[in-house]
Amino acid sequence: MKMLGLSRKDTTFLLIVIALTLFTPILLQPFPEGSGLATFNAGYPDLMQRFAIFGIFAIGFNILFGLTGYLSFGHAAFLGVGSYSVVWMYKLLGYSVVPGILLAVVVSAVFALVIGFISLRRSGIYFSILTLAFAQMSYNLAYSVLTPLTNGETGLQVYTNDPQVLMGENSPTSPHFFGIVMNESSKLNVGGWEFTFNNGYYFTAIVAILVFYLSMRIFRSPFGLMLRAIKTNQTRLNYTGLNSRPYTLAAFVISGMYAGLAGALMASMDPLAGAERMQWTASGEVVLMTILGGAGTLMGPILGAGFIKYFENIFSKINDNMLHQWFAWMPDGIENFLIGVSHFFVGKSWHLTLGLLFMLVVIFLPGGLVEGGQRIARRFRSRKSKDDGSEAQTQPAE
Amino acid sequence: MDAIILQILNGLDKGSAYALIALGLTLIFGTLGVVNFAHGALFMIGAFVAVTLQRVFSLSYDQVDPTKTDFLGNPLVVQIPYIESWFGPEVGHWLMDWSVPLAIIAAIPVMLIVGFVMERGLIKHFYKRPHADQILVTFGLAIVLQELVKYFFGANPIQTGAPDAFAGSMDFGVLLGFDPNVIIYPYWRLVYFGFAALVLGGVFAFLQFTTFGMVVRAGMADRETVGLLGINIDRRFTLMFGLAAAVAGMAGVMYTPILAPNYHMGMDFLVLSFVVVVVGGMGSLPGAVAAGFLLGILQSFASMNEIKSLIPGIDQVIIYLVAILILLTRPRGLLGRAGVMED
Repeated sequence: MKMLGLSRKDTTFLLIVIALTLFTPILLQPFPEGSGLATFNAGYPDLMQRFAIFGIFAIGFNILFGLTGYLSFGHAAFLGVGSYSVVWMYKLLGYSVVPGILLAVVVSAVFALVIGFISLRRSGIYFSILTLAFAQMSYNLAYSVLTPLTNGETGLQVYTNDPQVLMGENSPTSPHFFGIVMNESSKLNVGGWEFTFNNGYYFTAIVAILVFYLSMRIFRSPFGLMLRAIKTNQTRLNYTGLNSRPYTLAAFVISGMYAGLAGALMASMDPLAGAERMQWTASGEVVLMTILGGAGTLMGPILGAGFIKYFENIFSKINDNMLHQWFAWMPDGIENFLIGVSHFFVGKSWHLTLGLLFMLVVIFLPGGLVEGGQRIARRFRSRKSKDDGSEAQTQPAE
Repeated sequence: MDAIILQILNGLDKGSAYALIALGLTLIFGTLGVVNFAHGALFMIGAFVAVTLQRVFSLSYDQVDPTKTDFLGNPLVVQIPYIESWFGPEVGHWLMDWSVPLAIIAAIPVMLIVGFVMERGLIKHFYKRPHADQILVTFGLAIVLQELVKYFFGANPIQTGAPDAFAGSMDFGVLLGFDPNVIIYPYWRLVYFGFAALVLGGVFAFLQFTTFGMVVRAGMADRETVGLLGINIDRRFTLMFGLAAAVAGMAGVMYTPILAPNYHMGMDFLVLSFVVVVVGGMGSLPGAVAAGFLLGILQSFASMNEIKSLIPGIDQVIIYLVAILILLTRPRGLLGRAGVMED
């Protein structure tokens, strides 16, 4: 089974990813409503959209960092630019997301071209600091002098007196894709389970699948190979008479466009754009996602994005009552102690868990969750082959 | 003329903070070859040592004061700080008032221990790893430290005042022969600058005039040879990490009256301090200090209204612009040695 220019293995992989993505609203809702574990369900639109959007962001970041090894600390700038472009299109033309998304990709590509052209003259830590400097500049400017464009601290939003020239009588009054309104969903009740199928999620999911396919092609292409060569040994590459700058610049622009697209989708789900999306901590977040999942692997960034967004959501929801419920079967002293300890890690302190986890991954698992999965798989396989010599390969579950 | 002097003075306190943090960053980079993204967090920890000390000093118990009544006619309950009842109201009040400068005494051992634990527990394992890994793991550490502080102290800034003796401002212009009320400068900022100069001078003197400092400098130049001479250079470098942490911590302690400490102040200063290090030249100690003051003063000039009306938004971006220019035209930085991290 080969299709779309992919090898058999990749095609299977892509099909699995497509299936997982399309059935996410069901898969992430494993516990019936009202049961004690329903908190761990993640099958609601807002969160699923974030999975897809940050997945796109991380896939794009991975094309730069995972393949070329250039660590950018300023990718959030493109995310912000994408969001602003979309909201401006809402203001000027109307609530259709198409012009906005196209504009966002183009504008972020231009931004990335300029920033990349300058930043890529240096490598290593200097590159990181240059990108950081550019992103902070954009952020500071968006808050101050560019207020006419960005609406400063309030954030850019659509007002009733905006022109919206393409708005007809019956046009939806929230973001839509050719009439399909993003924030509409249909619910399906099966037994105790409730599944929500949201238009916005499916829109972002389909975009995510498309760009995932694109990144797959990039990974397998001669261009991708060239980028890997840059990561392995740029000096040697230069000695062979090749100029590596155009390749790194292309990678930078592509990943900037991915970030712009992610920002555009954010504004497509919720017609708002704020400067805080450009802050360097937001750039740091995508770095965390990519590394946590596994930089340089296809699946890593998506895993990382999903992992962080899922646990951000779940961990920050856990409160005292729930902790008391869970630990109620223990003796009082131990219960209180455990709750006291858990306080550090849940609720508002969830970032502490994230930071610790991230440190552990960088220290012990430089390949991220994907490497962890592979290690477990290898252990399984070697045990199996000792048993009966079968070649069954256990692919790590998500 | 008076406006220029005023802007230079205004730039000095920020510049001092940049210089102190950048000095530590450079020390760590020059000795251990590690890019420490958690250095801003050390600055923040220092600031919160001051907050903690102030809180400890103002711990108090309730006591009924029979001579006074509250508005309902009941005997008034007054809170008496423990230190006032232990040392008498005079000394107790003085201690509370002076808690920020006194926090330095507490901060030095605390920061030395924090730095030591950080180096031995984590950074040690990252000497041989790529710079990207070092950045990432210390970035993770910075998040952890920041969240711990947020957990214990909350997300809001905590006002921590300077001693009453330094409240208010001095009329600096009169000293220089200008009219009164032209150049007004808060006393505490002068103190901060003096303090920074003292610490910077101390660190340089330590490195220049002691045997220990000489060995450290030799190690910075050629670690392997120093090691071959039978000197345990690693242990000295660990101590230098502790020293860098202490410098950042003291900078944080003294900065609290200027900026009410909050949990993300470390990150805010970190980004700028990195820019300072790059502008000054990676691994160059005088470069870090010079660039710190230079950028602090440039920033305060850029925020003058005359300049802002000429180039809108310049005050927000000046530091980054300078850094970009320097990186592109003179990658080794203002005072960097040729060949050190020029790539």
